[in-house]
Amino acid sequence: MSAIRRLPLVLGTAIAGFAVLVAILGPMLVPHDPFTQNLAHRFVPPEWLPGGSPAHPFGTDQLGRDYLARLVLGVRISLMIGLTAVVLSGLIGTTLGVIGGYFGGWVDAVVMFIVSCRLAIPIILVALTVVFLVGSSLTVVMLTIGLLLWERFAVVSRSATRQVASRDYVAAAWCAGCSRRSIVLGEILPNIVHHLIVVATVDMAIAILLAAALSFLGLGVPPPMPDLGLMIAEAKDYMFFKPWVIEIPGLALFVLVLGINLLGDGLRDLLGGESGG
Amino acid sequence: MLRFLLRSLLLGALVCSTVLVASFLLSRASGNLAINIAGPEASAEAIAKIQHELGLDRPLPVQFYDWAARAAHGDLGRSFLFHEKVSSLIATHFPVTFRLGVFAIVLALVVALPLGIAAALLEGTMFDIAIGAVALLGQAMPSFWLGLLLIIWFGIDLHWLPIAGVETWTGYILPSFVLAFVAIPVILRLTRSGMVDAMRADYVRTARAKGLSRASIVLKHALRNAAMPVVAVSAVQLGFILGGSVVVEVVFNIHGLGYLAWESIGKGDFPVVQAVVLLFSLIFVGLTVASDLVSALLDPRVRGA
Repeated sequence: MSAIRRLPLVLGTAIAGFAVLVAILGPMLVPHDPFTQNLAHRFVPPEWLPGGSPAHPFGTDQLGRDYLARLVLGVRISLMIGLTAVVLSGLIGTTLGVIGGYFGGWVDAVVMFIVSCRLAIPIILVALTVVFLVGSSLTVVMLTIGLLLWERFAVVSRSATRQVASRDYVAAAWCAGCSRRSIVLGEILPNIVHHLIVVATVDMAIAILLAAALSFLGLGVPPPMPDLGLMIAEAKDYMFFKPWVIEIPGLALFVLVLGINLLGDGLRDLLGGESGG
Repeated sequence: MLRFLLRSLLLGALVCSTVLVASFLLSRASGNLAINIAGPEASAEAIAKIQHELGLDRPLPVQFYDWAARAAHGDLGRSFLFHEKVSSLIATHFPVTFRLGVFAIVLALVVALPLGIAAALLEGTMFDIAIGAVALLGQAMPSFWLGLLLIIWFGIDLHWLPIAGVETWTGYILPSFVLAFVAIPVILRLTRSGMVDAMRADYVRTARAKGLSRASIVLKHALRNAAMPVVAVSAVQLGFILGGSVVVEVVFNIHGLGYLAWESIGKGDFPVVQAVVLLFSLIFVGLTVASDLVSALLDPRVRGA
């Protein structure tokens, strides 16, 4: 039983660790360039299908670009989007949540009102609109998602702060003459950070899926960048005859997100955090 | 109860008006709406003419007041590109999306509730662990990819279901399933944890001690308490499903509200985008207010809070 209970953490660490390694080292190790087109070698099937060749283990796409090289760069793009979005949304959400939870009263009411407004807007339509208005680029996608995805950080850090703020050691720090600033930074944040780590994994998975959906809809990472969602969008016209053209990038995206979610679940069991709404 | 109702409605109205202002500002943020409509090669006079016709040359607060006053009377303006009233565009596209959303949430509840209850009653067994794994897999599934895979499997390979459009009711099956997939893990986990807590509660022990049957304990005592957060989260999930239907509508080529918004965003037709965003927000707020009320009716503790 305990082996099964530890499985999410082990599996999640393995998948996420492998993805990070691929993202950092992969582009250097793959022999092909992800952008070089070769129209004479379009749709070479992956190695395990008839007609496949070891030169292109995952085949080539509709423009003859090596799928492995594009996948590897695609994983790097997804992780970059996930990390940036989580750092940005973590800063916004945690600041709001800790302020609301610590000060309470009307400050808390204002924070919760901002969270309600954020929840009420259809995130994907607003993200599409922002990317259309500003112009699509990797940076725009990362910033847009980061600026929209902070509500879970806010909700969880608020409730965790409320719990911690009523503890004796916070009262003791106040009596000892600590400023509010040093109480928040020195007493509260260190005691809620384990909740925030779990939220970070959940939000990272959501950010990666959201970015892939934006790219799929044509208003995310622009071509010729090999974003996993974009690879699926570009290949979908050919999927009826060659299903592997969408199966391979989709599976990569699915496993990447699954790994991050497993890591989050494992960490929650380990640290006792909560994932929130 | 009345105070609770009023507070909940007031908060909802405040959220709506904030979203109203935000969506208006967003649509004007680019400042080149007229250039979008006239095309990049249009002369300065042509752009100025379009700006004047659409009232885009007036100060922002005036434009906003004008727009909001009309919107309050149900006039959402005209589409820049379709040359049709936005309200009639929405009226023709909304029913499809609404049906999709309702089918999806019903499907999600039908799948997630029994599985969640079973997992809670069999807590710690292999079945419980397997259900947890299914929820994890569902959370990681990119919905557009699942949609495409289902089109290949059920539409092309098996020829069972249509691969696009909703001309017949069978066209709703695959897209509703994909939309339900997003809500299933959330409802499943919440039902399971609610039931686990309820089965450990004192009132269930009392019911057991009274010698009530297991079915009556589970269905009457435990489920009624565990269902409260599920009602609330289902309303929220329906809101998310409607707002996120754009992906599924594009995959299955269904001309609903999400598809309309996506098309309009790509062409810079902002009166339509603004109206769709506003409508989804209104529906979301309405759903949360309704779920607050249902919770308050079911549970006196909520009213006092």
